Amino acid sequence: MSDPEHVSHKRNAKPSFLENMLKEMLRLWRDASFRPLLMQGIVVLLVVMLGVWVINNTMNNLEHRGISTGFDFLSQEAGFGIIQSLVAYDESHSYGRTFVVGILNTLLVSGLGIFFATLLGFLVGVARLSSNWLLARMASVFIETFRNIPLLLQIFFWYFAVLAALPHPRQSYALGDTIFLNLRGLFLPKPIIEQGLLPVLVSCLVAIGLALLLRARNRQRRVATGKGISGAPWYMAALLIGIPALVWHFSGASLVLDTPALKGFNFRGGIAIIPELGALLLALTIYTAAFIAEVVRAGIESVQKGQKEAAASLGLKPGKVLTLVVIPQAMKVIIPPLTNQYLNLAKNSSLATAIGYPDLVSVFAGTTLNQTGQAVEVIAMTMAVYLTISLSVSLLMNIYNRRVALIER
Amino acid sequence: MISHDSNMIPAREPPATAVGVLAWGKNNLFANPLSALTTLLIAYGLYLLVPPLVQWAFIEATWFGTDSNACSSDGACWAFITARLDQFIYGFYPEEQQWRADLFFAQLVVLIAWLSFKATPGKKWVLGYSLVMMPVVSWFLLYGDLLGLEKVETHQWGGLMLTLLLALCGMIASLPFGVLLALGRRSNMPVIRSLCTGYIELWRGVPLITVLFMASVMLPLFVPEEVVFDKLLRALIGIILFQAAYMAEVVRGGLQAIPKGQFEAFNSLGLSYWQGMIMIILPQAMRLVIPGVVNTFIALFKDTSLVLVIGLFDLLAIIQAGLNDPAWLGNSIEGYLFAGLVFWVFCFGISKYSQRLEQQLHR
Repeated sequence: MSDPEHVSHKRNAKPSFLENMLKEMLRLWRDASFRPLLMQGIVVLLVVMLGVWVINNTMNNLEHRGISTGFDFLSQEAGFGIIQSLVAYDESHSYGRTFVVGILNTLLVSGLGIFFATLLGFLVGVARLSSNWLLARMASVFIETFRNIPLLLQIFFWYFAVLAALPHPRQSYALGDTIFLNLRGLFLPKPIIEQGLLPVLVSCLVAIGLALLLRARNRQRRVATGKGISGAPWYMAALLIGIPALVWHFSGASLVLDTPALKGFNFRGGIAIIPELGALLLALTIYTAAFIAEVVRAGIESVQKGQKEAAASLGLKPGKVLTLVVIPQAMKVIIPPLTNQYLNLAKNSSLATAIGYPDLVSVFAGTTLNQTGQAVEVIAMTMAVYLTISLSVSLLMNIYNRRVALIER
Repeated sequence: MISHDSNMIPAREPPATAVGVLAWGKNNLFANPLSALTTLLIAYGLYLLVPPLVQWAFIEATWFGTDSNACSSDGACWAFITARLDQFIYGFYPEEQQWRADLFFAQLVVLIAWLSFKATPGKKWVLGYSLVMMPVVSWFLLYGDLLGLEKVETHQWGGLMLTLLLALCGMIASLPFGVLLALGRRSNMPVIRSLCTGYIELWRGVPLITVLFMASVMLPLFVPEEVVFDKLLRALIGIILFQAAYMAEVVRGGLQAIPKGQFEAFNSLGLSYWQGMIMIILPQAMRLVIPGVVNTFIALFKDTSLVLVIGLFDLLAIIQAGLNDPAWLGNSIEGYLFAGLVFWVFCFGISKYSQRLEQQLHR
């Protein structure tokens, strides 16, 4: 900053043009409404300059190395196989298709992981608060063990130490003649609905619609009269199960199980869960469950004892106390960190690349990147996918969170 | 006068089931039938699991040897660990230079001990050294090519040394960036605020592995051709960029906890924004966020294991590499257990320390 003395020491002389300008600049610098604008202008200028510098360098480097730019590579033939794909894929499909396969595989393992981790996490979290000392101890040993060991190490452990020790297909562990577990994965029977699929699906939708209608009506009644329709939950269950079941029965739809069978060196048919998926899922589930358990414990502990006592003294039954008083308040505390854990799980699923599960990072930022060399485009697309998942999930959870907060008042 | 016999009847012993081990057992293990069943089931499970595990890990285990053949088939083969311990700690650091790595470890131990004991003097200076000089000193100590120290290329670094170095340097270097980003995110200037928010959300939204990929393939493209980063430095830059975003969120939490009156007070004293921040707000906020910072450090410490995907040999990577050695095939469980134990001891220790700090702060 300039020193004011330095400007004013020649007060008697006629101010020159330069001095006027300096004064003017000083005035602007001290102007509380102008300075922020100036600072922001400078920052924007710096960021733009950095951006231009980076882009320039990148263009030069790419040109020197003879790497083409642009997204044309997405339509070229990929020419490599992928061990697991939810959509039709073979070597003749394009690089663009590998992107889709990767995204779907990432979503698959994230979705399954979130489901199982929530289940296990809530169980362990509740067990941690159990009045049974031994159970509480076991839960805390579980939590402290698995959240203090790197996820990658856990993935390696399940993949290279545990699943790699399973027997060969011919000596598989079998449950009846339908489920098989061996070195090549877990083989489950696959249900195939042959006929009348459409009416059954439609009837399911109709049943859900009717049940929702009933629920709304019930709530309306209770708000108006203080008493709901008696046995409403039972009616809803009857609607939800009854309508599809009847349609199923009368439309003559049939369910056939496609059971896996040993053909040659491996099993064919059914659903195959490859060991890469199994190991990744196990590790993600257990690692995240340890964190979720702590979240759940903190949530339940956050509900004050007085709340339960007050509810009980109002004459609510223990079940109602739990569902109407404790859980809603605990959920308010649980949801935000739980969302974080879900997002962490989705991001952590990218560790798949270390054991070769074909997720987005492994297939697209791995093989496709190596084959095309178009690092900038590939990495940008990969990051964009994760960013989209993260931002949209946090958006959804924010909306839910606001609803929970409003109800609680 | 009527005299009452005012002697009290001596208190009776409490029933055996109301005090001591029995009462404790009754209340905590066998309070009701369900609880009793749970206890019995867990106890049975432990009975099935623990004795064979102890048998395998200690009694039948082989502790020393030169290859897998030296190990008995019923027990753990810890010989794999003991034979390669040097490598697991120092990576491929030349043996005659390993005293430098030892010096690095010793430095860490001294600094941590100095900072954690109450009685030691000059904490401010030691903390300053740890946060500013320590990474630089450590780097030159290990890299050499200075003061007559022999140069040791970074591709020879590895093992626990590399894991600690990555985590500490990544953490310490990301701290100032995190503070700046947090201040930026709470700034009144919309452009700066949105730039900082965008940066934070961008890095928090992507997995570290893509950041490492980016640092290892894209960073060389971003700078002029003459500038060459080595692999370790690239990984470190990726980690710092990533960690800064997380650090920013932790620091922001601390800033939010400072009452508005503090801001108004420094404004009314005529302090400028930076004077107020450095002298009034940040010292209070940073004290509040110590536990949060320690927690992100634990997360980073675990995450450094990801550098194996870009070909650096941290503790996990070097054990993984050792498992493929033909002389030591079939020791994967021992290898992973050892790696897990090392990581666990560090992470658990630090998290307990952070909990203690938190309690001290709340008091």
